[in-house]
Amino acid sequence: MIAIVQWVTRGLEELGRFVLYWVGTLRSTVRRPFRYWLILEQLESMGVKSVPIIALSSLAIGMIFALQMVSLLQPFQAEVITGMAVAISMARELAPVVTTLMLIAKNGSAMSAEIGTMNVTEQIDAMETMSVDPVHYLAVPRIIAAVIVFPVLTLLANVIGVVGSYIIGVWVMQVESAAYLDQLFTGLLPIDIISGLIKAAVMGYIVALICTYHGFKAENGAHGVGNSSTTAVVSSSVAILVADYIMAALMMEWWF
Amino acid sequence: MSAIITVTNLHKAFGSFVVLNGIDVTFEEGRITTIIGQSGTGKSVLFKNMIGILKPDKGEIWYRDTCVTKASEDQLIELRRSFGYSFQGAALFDSMTVAENIAFPLREVLGIRNKREYAKRVGEMLDWIGLPGIEKKYPAELSGGMRKRVGVARSLVTKPEVLLFDEPTTGLDPVLGETINDLVVRVNKELGITCILITHDIQASFRISDKIAFLHEGAIAEEGTPRQVSQSEHPMVRQFIENSFSLLEV
Repeated sequence: MIAIVQWVTRGLEELGRFVLYWVGTLRSTVRRPFRYWLILEQLESMGVKSVPIIALSSLAIGMIFALQMVSLLQPFQAEVITGMAVAISMARELAPVVTTLMLIAKNGSAMSAEIGTMNVTEQIDAMETMSVDPVHYLAVPRIIAAVIVFPVLTLLANVIGVVGSYIIGVWVMQVESAAYLDQLFTGLLPIDIISGLIKAAVMGYIVALICTYHGFKAENGAHGVGNSSTTAVVSSSVAILVADYIMAALMMEWWF
Repeated sequence: MSAIITVTNLHKAFGSFVVLNGIDVTFEEGRITTIIGQSGTGKSVLFKNMIGILKPDKGEIWYRDTCVTKASEDQLIELRRSFGYSFQGAALFDSMTVAENIAFPLREVLGIRNKREYAKRVGEMLDWIGLPGIEKKYPAELSGGMRKRVGVARSLVTKPEVLLFDEPTTGLDPVLGETINDLVVRVNKELGITCILITHDIQASFRISDKIAFLHEGAIAEEGTPRQVSQSEHPMVRQFIENSFSLLEV
């Protein structure tokens, strides 16, 4: 019983610390100076350098999904809707979720490890002694960059996923090109794409917030940094899946 | 000499663990003051209270006419510009070059945006610490002693009035340690900066300090000039000094 109470207390304490951190980041976001060059640096490392991995993963998903759909729909002679099925699935769910998971693996762990290493080697203390707010300097540019980068890369994943499905559907599985594209452009609506981009922006915010938080919490040397990165990756992955479900349910209710 | 920092009845605990238990000490302007004591007696905690990173549970710290312990966040930001902090592990930003490290406070604290001005000030600082031409090196490419000197250069570039040294010679061989001690003396004599040190290097502290304060069980057990402290009857102070100087005889 005591153990349960202690576990709940620790959980509530952790939640309280996270909420305080969240409020601190909100306050820091509107505080001057506006360090745009740090946001640009993050856009480059988080965005530009992630293009190959996002392109590769979305191409693979588009191709695999098309392969499965064509073989599933062919008995009903409905394989022309493969393009539409892939495009809608990519736009609404697959592109934002897969892009976010890939970016957690590549950038979320890096965010946590970078800030964590700075924390355990007193670099963050050094910033504080110079009156530079570490949350403002380290977390805010990453959060802003994530909110921009995640939807942009999701859009890229949409396009490449559809190209991948076209390659498999039309070139490999011999579905008629005109019908394939006609179904795709008829079925896919702007709201499908917009809903996915909104999800990606929200997920980017959640990932950056959780991963930077765990970075600032890192302690006890390399082992602690490793632990905080692992926790950051696991907790942000779980958080985005929960957030995705909630957003999908709300969007189904309101928009679709 | 007048007091630049006055600490009165300072208490600080982390949960039930009492670290500072009523510290009273003054730091005189333009002097070198060293705080010695066993590990874990709260020396670093005292430093962090002095620049307002930690808030004490009780007591006051005055920097000139400003009460640090009651200062607002904006006042603390302004106040910290008068302080430099040299960390035990140098705490250089490892993703930045030496030049970027030294320029960091120029850009972020003083708001200087002119790259030529940076380069000039960085070059001057590196010349002054005796490490010219290492602007483009990364901290990982430097030795421990070089890193510490670059850390001191970064603290000095904003021309603070007080420089806090947290164990400046820990982890260095005696020769490198001596270069850091010489650097502390130069900072004090040539630049007129008040230096406050935390160190376990007892022999050096007796040689370079104007005043020594011995921290024991969260309070100042003994303070005075090196001569006065060396004649202390306090058993822990005696043990500390005798152990340190007997090593010298060996």
